[in-house]
Amino acid sequence: MPVLEDVNGVREWRRRTTGQSLIRWFGWLIGVAVFVVCWQRISDSTTWFFVWDAPRIAEDIWTRATPPRWEYITQLGRPIWDTFNIATLGTIIALFLAVPVAFLAARNTTPSALFVRPVALLIIVATRSINSLIWALLLIAIIGPGVFAGVVAIAIRSIGFCAKLLYEAIEEIDAAQVEAITATGASRWQVMAYGIVPQIMPAFAGIAVFRWDINIRESTVLGLVGAGGIGLQLSASLNVLAWPQVSLILIVILVAVVLGEWVSAKVRGAII
Amino acid sequence: MLRLNKLVKTYKTGDQALKSIDLEVPKGQVLALIGPSGAGKSTLIRCINRLVEPTGGSILLDDVDLSKLGSGALRKARREMGMIFQEYALVERLTVMENVLSGRLGYVGFWRSFLRKYPQPDVDEAFRLLDRVGLLHMADKRADELSGGQRQRVGICRALIQNPKLLLVDEPTASLDPKTSRQIMRLITELCQERGLAAIINIHDVALAQMFVPRVVGLRFGEIVYDGLPTGLTSDKLTEIYGEEDWEATIAKVDEEDEIEAAE
Amino acid sequence: MSHRELDDMLGTKWRKPSFVPNPLLRWVLILGFIAYLIAAFMTIDVNWSRVYDGLDRGGQFIMAFAKPDFVSRAGDIWSGLLESIVMTVAASVVGILISIPIGLGAARNIAPMPIYLICRGIVAISRALQEIIVAILLVAIFGFGPLAGFLTLSFATIGFLSKLLAEDIESMDRVQAEAIRASGARWTQWINYGVQPQVMPRLVGLSMYRIDINFRESAILGLVGAGGIGATLNTAFDRYEYDTAAAILLLIIGIVMALEYLSGIIRARVQ
Repeated sequence: MPVLEDVNGVREWRRRTTGQSLIRWFGWLIGVAVFVVCWQRISDSTTWFFVWDAPRIAEDIWTRATPPRWEYITQLGRPIWDTFNIATLGTIIALFLAVPVAFLAARNTTPSALFVRPVALLIIVATRSINSLIWALLLIAIIGPGVFAGVVAIAIRSIGFCAKLLYEAIEEIDAAQVEAITATGASRWQVMAYGIVPQIMPAFAGIAVFRWDINIRESTVLGLVGAGGIGLQLSASLNVLAWPQVSLILIVILVAVVLGEWVSAKVRGAII
Repeated sequence: MLRLNKLVKTYKTGDQALKSIDLEVPKGQVLALIGPSGAGKSTLIRCINRLVEPTGGSILLDDVDLSKLGSGALRKARREMGMIFQEYALVERLTVMENVLSGRLGYVGFWRSFLRKYPQPDVDEAFRLLDRVGLLHMADKRADELSGGQRQRVGICRALIQNPKLLLVDEPTASLDPKTSRQIMRLITELCQERGLAAIINIHDVALAQMFVPRVVGLRFGEIVYDGLPTGLTSDKLTEIYGEEDWEATIAKVDEEDEIEAAE
Repeated sequence: MSHRELDDMLGTKWRKPSFVPNPLLRWVLILGFIAYLIAAFMTIDVNWSRVYDGLDRGGQFIMAFAKPDFVSRAGDIWSGLLESIVMTVAASVVGILISIPIGLGAARNIAPMPIYLICRGIVAISRALQEIIVAILLVAIFGFGPLAGFLTLSFATIGFLSKLLAEDIESMDRVQAEAIRASGARWTQWINYGVQPQVMPRLVGLSMYRIDINFRESAILGLVGAGGIGATLNTAFDRYEYDTAAAILLLIIGIVMALEYLSGIIRARVQ
């Protein structure tokens, strides 16, 4: 924050020098330009007639969708059970796979920082970057549609997420406790069981519940691509424009998501 | 019993933490290692059980050169050396009993330790040790529920249940208040006497060292600059170890504190 | 076992105290969990012969990663990817700009009660609805194309950023803010001098993170017709063109990695 002196020798305080200000303005200019270009492209590929018509259509959909077809709920029991299973089993499988990956990826436990760690990190990035819907698409192409594809898709997507959080927790453990166990003459596995595992247990439990909550959300829509669960009914109802059923399914999904979040918050609160 | 020959430790950064240390500790002797921060006290202790790999020299424990052992033999050797830490280094989320029993890890197999099925003699010994330090009623408490002094007692039990020949003690009192510090030092020296253990105690509190141990070794910049009786630590010697400072108060304080102790 | 004597305890077995102290409850929990697992596995009914046939294709797909085909559908990939990026940028800008006032309004310590409730309501709705469902509805209303995707991502950004921003404001240091208010600043000045400097670094970090998420999400919006690379990817899977699909996935992973790296640098600089 410079203090400048003008020709008359009057000292003036400014937040930035002229150069800094110019650079900042230039940065903002580029930012705005990029945004305008982006908006232009979106606008070009939009049929604006539909957009001006949107309020009418929205109102139309609303009148068709209300009231929800409540009696349809009787047919949703099995899909809800499937959705719950996809999320839960997917999370359990993912945790089993994420633990070794996390130990291989953490700087303080990896057997080789040069060879093994990059592979573990690659697994984490690759599984994490790709949405579970895309994994589901892929798995349906490979093993066919159904709940099983959903479970595997959720499991794969969750590996990277859980392993990343877990390996960060492993890297933050107290090294003195590990050192103390090592000093007793414990073997490598014993050091892990006594020095490291107890320290990361709370983080592990928190991650498990957190990811389960997210997976409940994601598993409700996996059916859109054919991977089982309540999304299948949503997709079918949308295809035949059965809006009262759609609205009921959306309500059910909303309730499931809120319940999942509530359970997860309760459990995490109990752990911490 | 323990002999260090020309022990050298140079860190990757190029810092010479230990420059050719020669030290001999006979059976049953308790020795205090003093010196300023960064003198290499901690490194020296960790080189002995190879938590830090020494760069050169040899460490002879009953004529076995520890510096040449492979990982299996090293684990066996580590069972002979109990270690007590500055911040207690208990596994905080395990119970007191599990922490004490973890001292037996070198003796039991993985699955036994994983399932917490320790041999009955080990369990009995753990009970006895906890009773000895006055914490038997805390056996099933979690370690993070304990106070600092109590934690250090558990740390002592963990080191002793290894049935060691030698105790390596790293700043046992650095995180404790003065009264607890004395109690812990007294406990350590008493237990060493009871069991005929040798001990190397890292300590930065000179007065405390003088009160409890028969031999003091002064370390400065990785070299031994004093080795003798605690009474031989004159103002000049302290200056040599720590650098220029007014030491009269420290020395005087020792007597004063002794009187307080006596009065208690 | 308060104050039992040593002699009583010697020779007794020691067991680690259980996580669930009540044995009955413990066994009910364990058995219930096992029963659930069995029931869940029973209802999955996997068509194993189909899975076995699929392994072959799975192998092909993994091989495809070794020789991804960027070329034969280069035009589709390029326009899809560009559309994804365009949607991400536009939606992030708009979403961040809107989420700042809503985040301020959703912070209990600076907003009056009615505004607080309205803003929290918006946040709750936005968070409860997944992107893909919002996208379906918006496509139904606005027609196919990136506009629906753009609106979806903006809406999702608002829920995400406002909530975290509000939480950050609620946990800020009150003394600093009070010092500014004590100088007689008006509300806008107070926000500018007392609140903004405290939450700015985190806002930048969260925004970067959200851009990352928006890009990943933009890759699936195409599945329901809301624009972006997802449509191209879906077509590639439908036609069993694994090498093209592999190319697209590699591009997504590459861009996500680049974004994470970039956001790491930016976050390190502002904090």
